[in-house]
Amino acid sequence: MDACAKQREYTAKDYKSDVKPIWCPGCGDYSVLAAITRALASMQLAPENVAVVSGIGCSSRIPAYTSVYGFHGVHGRALPVATGLKIARPDLTVLVTGGDGDGFSIGGNHFLHACRRNVDLTYIVMDNQVYGMTKGQASPTTEPEWEGSKLTPDGVGIESFHPLVVGLAAGANFIARCSSSDPNNVADIITQAIRHPGFSLVQVLSPCVTFRPEQLEWKHMVRTAVVDVTEDAARAARRLMTDDGFNVGKVLYKGDRPAYQPEPKGAAAVAELEADFAL
Amino acid sequence: MSGQTVSLVMAGSGGAGVVTAGSLLLEAAARAGWYAYMTRSSGPQIRGGEAAVMVRLGTAPLASHDDCFHLLVGVDWQNVGRFAAEIPLGPDSLIIGDPGEGEVPEVFARSGAQQISLAMKALAKTIPDGRPNMVAFGAIAGLIGLTEDIVVGVLRDTLKRKGEAAIAASLAAFRAGVEAAADFPAVPRLPATQADTSDRWSITGNEATGMGALRGGVRFVAAYPITPATEVLEWLAPALPKVGGVLVQAEDELASINQIIGGSYGGVPSLTATSGPGLALMTESLGLAVAAEVPIVVVDVMRVGPSTGIATKSEQADLNIAVYGLHGDAPHLVLAPNSVADCLFTTQWAVHLAESLQTPAIVLTDQAMGQARAVMPRSAAIAFMGQREKPAALAEGVQYKRYANTASGVSPMAIPGMAGFMYTADGLEHNEVGTPSSQASDHQAQLDKRLRKLTGYNYGDHWADITGDEDADTAILTWGSSAGPAREALERLRAAGHRVKLVAVRLISPVQPEKFARALQGVERALVVEQSHSGQFHRYLRAQYDLPRQVRALHNPGPLAVSPGAIVEQILQWS
Repeated sequence: MDACAKQREYTAKDYKSDVKPIWCPGCGDYSVLAAITRALASMQLAPENVAVVSGIGCSSRIPAYTSVYGFHGVHGRALPVATGLKIARPDLTVLVTGGDGDGFSIGGNHFLHACRRNVDLTYIVMDNQVYGMTKGQASPTTEPEWEGSKLTPDGVGIESFHPLVVGLAAGANFIARCSSSDPNNVADIITQAIRHPGFSLVQVLSPCVTFRPEQLEWKHMVRTAVVDVTEDAARAARRLMTDDGFNVGKVLYKGDRPAYQPEPKGAAAVAELEADFAL
Repeated sequence: MSGQTVSLVMAGSGGAGVVTAGSLLLEAAARAGWYAYMTRSSGPQIRGGEAAVMVRLGTAPLASHDDCFHLLVGVDWQNVGRFAAEIPLGPDSLIIGDPGEGEVPEVFARSGAQQISLAMKALAKTIPDGRPNMVAFGAIAGLIGLTEDIVVGVLRDTLKRKGEAAIAASLAAFRAGVEAAADFPAVPRLPATQADTSDRWSITGNEATGMGALRGGVRFVAAYPITPATEVLEWLAPALPKVGGVLVQAEDELASINQIIGGSYGGVPSLTATSGPGLALMTESLGLAVAAEVPIVVVDVMRVGPSTGIATKSEQADLNIAVYGLHGDAPHLVLAPNSVADCLFTTQWAVHLAESLQTPAIVLTDQAMGQARAVMPRSAAIAFMGQREKPAALAEGVQYKRYANTASGVSPMAIPGMAGFMYTADGLEHNEVGTPSSQASDHQAQLDKRLRKLTGYNYGDHWADITGDEDADTAILTWGSSAGPAREALERLRAAGHRVKLVAVRLISPVQPEKFARALQGVERALVVEQSHSGQFHRYLRAQYDLPRQVRALHNPGPLAVSPGAIVEQILQWS
């Protein structure tokens, strides 16, 4: 009874740390941070049983801004850290946060295999189509015509990467797109993503007001997707390949693949394995 | 080595069955009460291809091959000449070849070894389902003194599933070999023993590494296949689940190391195994484990480098990358087992140290040791009591400092699930709490702390294996698999009346200057022995330790192992 009486209700604030973000004023990531804390509060997850894992980049700073367990590793390797953590500790709720460069460029191979492996993780990618932390270079999702970077002054010249199509093809079990301009919706989508078994991919359009100020227009360009979630991967692929990237606010695909979680089979003593070597 | 030994090679092209026959020979020798050390060489082909099994048998435990082989049996000679450098022969050696397979290759013949013909193929043909490799096995068994009753037992156990006919065919071919070799020139025969073999193991270095990991408490492994480390993983894959652990095949080495960092951050002791190219890919994240203070163990089964090098053969040339490969000032552990048996001990110790000190440990084994099979005394279980230090309960309102600047440098480490201790592990420089910091004072304090926890720790006597004469005037300084031939050289030199000691360094980093100085007290000259072209170990010793005034270095690249005789010669010629 006492244990029950002691249980208190967590609010979004309980998941926020007092570390001040390094982000620019107006950065979309503030909303995503708020949405994550709201999602955790809506699920009433004990902070000690949640871990947020990230790599490098502006949005990868999120773990320190939460009050749950956090891991801020090296560039591009958030997904393998989270994979190891979740497989070793299936009792934890593990979120991964990061940007388009961290996830789709330097971490591209891990992205493919995380989708394919389908460990029960929620991957929240704040996509701003630019490297912000290194002061404005083209990322894999930057459009080919963009001439805003000193590194590619004549434009990027190569087609952008379509994370949701690639994620779907690689086997992601849950796919959604949302916009940081609607944090309540982002919180709702993240909640659904956490609840859905397997690898959940959430793309959040999150403008970089400093290096891509034109993205301030995104809030006027996004529209709530008119389609309902599908469990048919082919249909989801068709929709994703034909939309303009601004259909947001909805879960687009939910698969039914069971999550990958190898189970230890036994509790034998190590000494029993010596039989392998005995003459 | 003390006791009697005999060294032999069986070689042939793919399909000749020399590896099978070698395994049967090893099993029979083990049952005869002998100790064994077996290595293999094979061509680059994925399947088939020429192969040679090099076997040394003896009445006492063995740590290396001899200077040359007493016996070479070529079931055929197709491409076997490629292995000539790895199969040293002398005028006292005997070569058995099949006359139907052509002349003994010149590279072997010019050793001056005695040659004798044995029509293995033709003899095998006279027996239904008879095979030439079993004729070769018979000839070897007859020459070295392996009795038929033991071989019958081995064949019965090994071929049980193939049925009586297969056993009878193998046995008949074996007997034909024994009879044919009855009047062949002698090679050393080993005496029959009544030894109790119930406390002996037949184990490879890679298996021993896996066993050491489990004894150390490792329960999560993520790894990417790579020669010659794969057998560590293939042994662990079915073994781990039995003891409550898990192995994951990762998409690449970058994923391997980051997965184990994740697993260990979650509180589960974690390990990966790789070889040089994989270690190179892992170095960035090794630095992460240093900075975030996450214990992990990375086993590097070294092969010939750089780049793809010679993937199937051994070299001790990853010392530099293991010690110096990380960017920034990144103190970590580097350890090196010095025998097949020691792969178990050193890996277990590495897990213990990594967990106790919350830092990455690199274990440098190599192909020669990893893929060698030894029949050896069972490794006794050693209890290392230390483990990861967890934080004690905090007073109300006190914030947990994950990277607390403690006297020992070790900061109690919370694991997810512990209420009230939530923190963010960070590769960014941070303050004691873990909050990212670019302040000079925080950087200095954390650097000091991460170094202090390694240098202040008492590693006991395990830092090196020191054998030989207390009052030696000459020391052999070596590491890793070069310690095997060095041990044998030491015995020969001492038997000849020289006062010599051997220091096989197990703890490469951090250095132990006081213990090293004590070990070399009174030593006037030191011979450094290693298998690297540039003398990496020699240079490392020169940079880190005070060495005796007279120092010589014997440093040849792989894949050829240094021989005991070469070490003895260096010392004898040094007057």
